Amino acid sequence: MPETFDAIVVGAGPAGNSAALTLAREGLNVLQLERGEYPGSKNVQGAILYANALEQLIPDFRDEAPLERHIVEQRVWMLTEKSHVGTHYRSDDFNEERPNRYTIIRAQFDKWFSSQVKDAGALVICETTVTGLIRDSRGKVVGVTTDREGGEIFADVVVLADGVNALVSQKAGLRGELKPDQVALAVKETHYLPRDVIDQRFNIKGDEGVVIEAAGTITAGMLGTAFLYTNGESISVGVGCIVSDFAGSDISPYDLLERFKEHPSVRPLLADAELKEYAAHLIPEGGYKAVPQVAGDGWLVAGDAGQFVNSLHREGSNMAMTTGHLAALTIAELKREGRPMTAANLSTYRKRLEDSYVLKDLKKYRDLPTVLHKNKQFVTAYPELLSQAADTWFRVDGVDKRTKERSILRNFRRGRGLIGLVGDAYKMARAFR
Amino acid sequence: MSQPPNRPQPARSKGLPEHLKDYRGVWVVVEAERGHAHTVSWELLGEGRKLADELEVDLGAVVMGPPEPWLDEVCAEAGAHGADLVYRIADPVLHDYRTQPFTQGLTALVETYKPEILLLGATTLGRDLAGSVATTLATGLTADCTELAIDMETRSMASTRPTFGGSLLCTIHTLNFRPQMATVRPRVMAMPKRVDGTDPKIIDHPLNLAEDDIITKVLDYVLDRDDDKPRLAYADIVVAGGMGLGSPENFQLVIELARVLGAEYGGSRPLVQKGWIPADRQIGQTGKTIRPKLYIAAGISGAVQHRVGTEGADMILAINTDPNAPIFEFAHYGIVGDALKILPALTEAFRTRLTALKGAA
Amino acid sequence: MNIVVCIKQVPDSAQIRVHPVTNTIMRQGVPTIINPYDLFALEEALCLRDRFGGTVTVITMGPPMADTSLRKALAYGADRAVLLTDRFFAGSDTLATSFALSQGISRLAAEAPVDIVFTGKQTIDGDTAQVGPGIAKRLNLHQLTYVEHIDSLDLEAREITVRRRAEGGVQVLKTGLPCLITMLEGTNSIRFASMDDMFRAARTRLDKWSAKDAGVEDMQKCGLRGSPTVVKKVFAPSPRTEKAKIIDIAGLEPAQIADAAIETLFEANPELHEDLRAFASGA
Repeated sequence: MPETFDAIVVGAGPAGNSAALTLAREGLNVLQLERGEYPGSKNVQGAILYANALEQLIPDFRDEAPLERHIVEQRVWMLTEKSHVGTHYRSDDFNEERPNRYTIIRAQFDKWFSSQVKDAGALVICETTVTGLIRDSRGKVVGVTTDREGGEIFADVVVLADGVNALVSQKAGLRGELKPDQVALAVKETHYLPRDVIDQRFNIKGDEGVVIEAAGTITAGMLGTAFLYTNGESISVGVGCIVSDFAGSDISPYDLLERFKEHPSVRPLLADAELKEYAAHLIPEGGYKAVPQVAGDGWLVAGDAGQFVNSLHREGSNMAMTTGHLAALTIAELKREGRPMTAANLSTYRKRLEDSYVLKDLKKYRDLPTVLHKNKQFVTAYPELLSQAADTWFRVDGVDKRTKERSILRNFRRGRGLIGLVGDAYKMARAFR
Repeated sequence: MSQPPNRPQPARSKGLPEHLKDYRGVWVVVEAERGHAHTVSWELLGEGRKLADELEVDLGAVVMGPPEPWLDEVCAEAGAHGADLVYRIADPVLHDYRTQPFTQGLTALVETYKPEILLLGATTLGRDLAGSVATTLATGLTADCTELAIDMETRSMASTRPTFGGSLLCTIHTLNFRPQMATVRPRVMAMPKRVDGTDPKIIDHPLNLAEDDIITKVLDYVLDRDDDKPRLAYADIVVAGGMGLGSPENFQLVIELARVLGAEYGGSRPLVQKGWIPADRQIGQTGKTIRPKLYIAAGISGAVQHRVGTEGADMILAINTDPNAPIFEFAHYGIVGDALKILPALTEAFRTRLTALKGAA
Repeated sequence: MNIVVCIKQVPDSAQIRVHPVTNTIMRQGVPTIINPYDLFALEEALCLRDRFGGTVTVITMGPPMADTSLRKALAYGADRAVLLTDRFFAGSDTLATSFALSQGISRLAAEAPVDIVFTGKQTIDGDTAQVGPGIAKRLNLHQLTYVEHIDSLDLEAREITVRRRAEGGVQVLKTGLPCLITMLEGTNSIRFASMDDMFRAARTRLDKWSAKDAGVEDMQKCGLRGSPTVVKKVFAPSPRTEKAKIIDIAGLEPAQIADAAIETLFEANPELHEDLRAFASGA
């Protein structure tokens, strides 16, 4: 006799956990399936947690969740071979009672999150891969098949939170394949350093943390960024670039990461650190235009599987949590009202997404991926020009300031042309509008 | 050590209980089975000699086996390798190794003659026996030691062994219990010089156990065929690979180089865990300890667990892409490069040289 | 037939790191697994149960988090799981560990007689191979270590015949029940649990026993106090004064690198060259 549940959640990342937690709390009989050995085992280490989305689900998460450091300083760097130009924003206001952003180690965090899901009453089964969806005669999804013997499991509705590759929905024909220009490949490493050394190098204390994001020459003309996060006793460092860019070059992601780590502005921060682990993963960066159909007959999609990532603001896990939560609320409402999980009834999920920051933000930046992708000067020419400008401006060498100003302007004009400069400004303005 | 504590514990009361104070002497259990003594026993006698000299006590060897001429030869060999005394139990029920009679015999010897230190080889026999005897005597046993020393202040043995899967070393004492027991793997300690003409004092002890009292029976003993057994521990040249090789297919490169050199081959622990190579090819603390003239390590990072198994090599050549790999800390020569390219080149270069040498000869 | 399998949850040793400055273990984020050697014991136990009927109970001593491994063992097909967890057990060496486990097994045996206790060959974090023999001694079980095959089991005659790996050969041993078997690696491979097993494991309640629950009367025999061995010092190996001499290979092709390496080796140890000459001339 096959098992039957009110809902099956596929995946135990932030989206799946939020969905399963919410559904269980709403009193539904929930099964969550995760292919990894344990929740988080498939995840690379360092990440940023935005408190707000989690707070909606678990208001006092700060008391228990394994958090590394709260971020008090954000650095944004434009890199050239030898230099960086950038802004640092640091504020003691970030040392608030309920800080807004944290660095976390995903493997530990996801495990903790999963324990909350179990406590709420969901049945969580790991090391089990969902191989397909079961449909009834009318095509409504009524369950899943797994890779285990006797692996058919039935449910009124299936939440697909199976991550960026979204293999289940892809296989079921609910969406197309990922397009190489809509997905970034990120490689990450974790380097161990003693806590006090990190504190000293980044001028922080206690649980304070720093995040550095960098773009420029280091991504070798490709669209992407590099990043560095401080954890409690380690530093996460990584580089991400759009997959289609790698295809057209002989540079590997690891080459870029090596280059970033060897950069004179970065190397001292990592000196004497011991490499703990490395991993690669994909980030959906297609933005608004890449978001697939989010619900259908007996199914909904949440998190990376739905391409809910704001690449400009590096928001992904918060959107995952929010979309998982909203998917669950949609289901719970139908269940309460005794209405079937049809495509029409589940379509209110899309409405909920549109009313939330998720689709509002993605819509706002809907053109950004294309603009950046077609205008590589933003990651190639500009960092170089900015660096030259800064060098000219700060170097005290007997040249008068007016000449320096002129020289800087001349460089920019030579680099991009006057029309190019104006055009770039216009494109950027539109993309951010 | 089931759950080795992270930090050293505060020393407990230093005083040895009164009834344990008359425990004196260093003993080595000589592993003799089916007519042969295991060489680890002689290595241990060499190490035991040092401990006994420092403590100014006798070095005793325990020899248990059937009353056959070969047992007398083992006793004499024990003397030749440094034992002052031999405690012998010769009884027909000791024809084959079995836990029960050997535990009973060794326990009786310890309770009668009270040694302060008892060393055994970390072999299948030694570990089987040591675990059983230590539990019977309710005393401390430290497995797989790589270094033994005496802390004269407490007159206790400091047993050093890798811990946490071989990432760290720890020094363990058995302060308030006697004897202090330890096992050591073959080839970890150096073989002492054999001295002929020693005449160790032999003390015979009865077993008092009838065959009918022993439930376990040995139905058969199937000797290993010599040709399918790796002789890693005793090879002059050893070539080994690690996870840096990337795939089990690439491990073939190691085998080819070994074949050209007439060497033995092996690998690091993760390879065994991944099933790339059989367990008897594992080199390191939990595998084989090797002492070759030349050891070539390709794509092996060199964790402590590997280090302690290979440090006895005369010369270590390490090939690794990571210049910071720990193996370069203890190798003699290093090549920072891709083993997948360098191994075949080495194979070819050695092959060319050997052909030339052969032509010359 | 009732079988008990002792397992241990261990850090995945490949990923353990030592703090470069304080030399302490950094456990943070290190995944834990069932000691790989124990899986051979578990599979052997499950096979025997499938053939002869009865139950397989897994037992472990460890912190509350060790329930993960027990659950996994249940998913593989074990019928029951017992977690011995108590702060009194903390800091146990092998003697104290075998004491705690044998207390737990005794309590199980009081409910239904135990025929075979299985353990792995050794753990990958302690590598001592001492707990199995310790349990056998304490519970007066016939001790069969390094078993590579169970030839026969006769429940009526209460006899078992096994092949035991010895140095240089294999002993064929026959003994009586109850016995303790430490299983050698590579003897089988753990099954892939069915979906039903996964559900059963996820829903089974674990037995969590404190020292008192397990019937321990003398706490002096537990944990740190019951451990004769004392860890005096934990340290990283001192780096050799001389690090490896790195052979300069800048700009060289693999063939040139090989030549450079061989020249260096022969120069450093001419004896090697002689050995090779002897080998070439057909030794």
